[in-house]
Amino acid sequence: MNKAGSVERRSAIEALGVSKIFGNGDDAVRALDNVDVTIGENEFFTLLGPSGCGKTTLLRLIAGFDFPTEGEIRLYGEDIAPLPPFKRPVNTVFQNYALFPHMTVAQNIGFGLEMLGKPKSEIDERVTQMLRLVRMEELRNRRTSQISGGQQQRVALARALAPRPKVLLLDEPLSALDFKLRKDMQIELKRLQHETGITFIFVTHDQEEALTMSNRIAVMSKGHILQIGSPRDIYDRPAERFVANFIGDTNFLEGKVKSFAKGKARIALAAGGEVDAGISEGVEPKGNVTIVVRPEHAAILAKPGKDALKGTLETIVYFGTDTHFHVKLASGPHFIIRQQNRHGAEDEFKTGMPVGVEIGANAAQVLKD
Amino acid sequence: MAAAISKTVDMAARAEMAATSRNRLLSTPALVIITVFGVLPLLIILVYSFLKAAPYGGVEWRFSTDAYLNFLFQRDIFDDTLQFTPDFLIIYFRSAVYAVATTAICLLFGFPTAYFMATRPPSQRNWWVLLITIPFWSNLLVRTLAVMFVIRDEGLINHALMALHVIDKPITMLYTNFAIMLGLLYSYLPFMVLPLYSSLEKLDFRLVEAAYDLYATKRRVLWRVIIPLSLPGIVAGCLLVFIPTLGAYVTPLILGGGTHLMIGDLIAQQFGTGRNWPLGSAQALILMAAVLIALHFYSRAAGQVKHG
Repeated sequence: MNKAGSVERRSAIEALGVSKIFGNGDDAVRALDNVDVTIGENEFFTLLGPSGCGKTTLLRLIAGFDFPTEGEIRLYGEDIAPLPPFKRPVNTVFQNYALFPHMTVAQNIGFGLEMLGKPKSEIDERVTQMLRLVRMEELRNRRTSQISGGQQQRVALARALAPRPKVLLLDEPLSALDFKLRKDMQIELKRLQHETGITFIFVTHDQEEALTMSNRIAVMSKGHILQIGSPRDIYDRPAERFVANFIGDTNFLEGKVKSFAKGKARIALAAGGEVDAGISEGVEPKGNVTIVVRPEHAAILAKPGKDALKGTLETIVYFGTDTHFHVKLASGPHFIIRQQNRHGAEDEFKTGMPVGVEIGANAAQVLKD
Repeated sequence: MAAAISKTVDMAARAEMAATSRNRLLSTPALVIITVFGVLPLLIILVYSFLKAAPYGGVEWRFSTDAYLNFLFQRDIFDDTLQFTPDFLIIYFRSAVYAVATTAICLLFGFPTAYFMATRPPSQRNWWVLLITIPFWSNLLVRTLAVMFVIRDEGLINHALMALHVIDKPITMLYTNFAIMLGLLYSYLPFMVLPLYSSLEKLDFRLVEAAYDLYATKRRVLWRVIIPLSLPGIVAGCLLVFIPTLGAYVTPLILGGGTHLMIGDLIAQQFGTGRNWPLGSAQALILMAAVLIALHFYSRAAGQVKHG
């Protein structure tokens, strides 16, 4: 596991050897398999993965809706795994918001405090404060069925934040919103996390959402955490093929390890030439390996130097902000290069012409598998 | 251009009208049934209640309010003055108590049952619904007689208890209030369970999780989320139990042994041995009016809870 990017903080949530098995006998499904993760105080931590990877299961174990088959879940050092949800200072923002339809916006937001037995004056004050925080003051007495999806989202956030939980869990809260609203809410969530100082654990399958919002990301697949790191770590230095594939576009190149030192290896590429590639912590590459190069970390050259990989330009796709060049390398594989479009740049490339591909310094990363 | 548009609009309007008249045509059978089996008999009852009773049953076609006067007053045979007699009112009141008690007990037993059914895996739920509806497959009279055989002095329960030496002489259960209540409960419990089930089945259990997450204990989740959201089912179930039990006839007759007269028996008597059809009609209409008034207040109260 890659510990790079972890920040020195008190740990808010620790999962220790957590497994969750649903069903029994032949129908048993191992949703989580021996997961270890430490989430720091005041961190925006994202569990990222495709559906069925176990990210929501982990979130539900932390919330208390399910109980782990094995392992411990600690909240500030205390094992909370056997506690029911109403005894955990942890609140959840649900994917479908789960607002109470028979209550007003204010009653929804005040519900948690009311259940905690807070006096009415305190609840009113806190509800007002929360409504201001999510900028919904004027909708205080509306029914939840009378407000839009984005507004419901804000009420759900306010409701979960009102009791000042130690940790806020967010289960794909933005997936039901349209694109524009989702962008706004991403910024809004960052702001809320910053202003409240509460630890956020965010579950999503949207890699872009994860990259833009998180302090750290845990990439999950089939009940395992494959890699934990800062967005930059995860994007620039994916440790495994799955991580590289799941996040962004990637070029895979085969090669042979020539030599390696601390954190770096010299790789002789099957496509010709040699590159320096980063190595994930705890990996000792040898023999045949795969390296990854992000499309924007390589350059396309009309007049290649001798170190560049040779190929033929097959397709040019114009995207407005940038252009993608699909190159078929002389050695066989395809390679995609993304280049930002600069104003006034000449169209020097034509499909079918021979081109060179130059991999930037420190752009390549050796995969574990 | 404008003409073309107005023509299109005209055509749309005409199509809509055609659709409306077609819809009317489709609703005709329902309207006929409602008229023939609902409105018409009610009108006959209404008319009869304002006629004079013929000595051997039937009615004399002369206008009279005797039936309604007789409901509350008795004409003194000597000086012809009206005297207030609460006999019928007592029967009505007793029936209302039975009906309210039956409804309350049905709700008490029905809610957990319906909740249990609604929380089973979807594949199992239909089996539970089937089990609940099985009693409907046999006739009400047969079911009531079955209850009688179970609770009578020589019945199943007393035999079993005596064989186990728990008691040495049979407990009298038949022909008591208990017997009537038991019979009503048994007959009408499904009418409570089914609407409750259909309400609870639609309940979004993520809301339950949300409340649970927001520090609500199980009991508070029940009172603050599950019950308010299943209120339509509770209202429907209570109505479906209360109204028929209020006018129940067979059950009190068989299990009460005629000792505890209820509205159903009373009305039936007027058309049978009493030979006073107008009085029976008036009694039926008064029952209906009472139910409607009760419903009015009930639905208002239920509405307040819902929006409270």
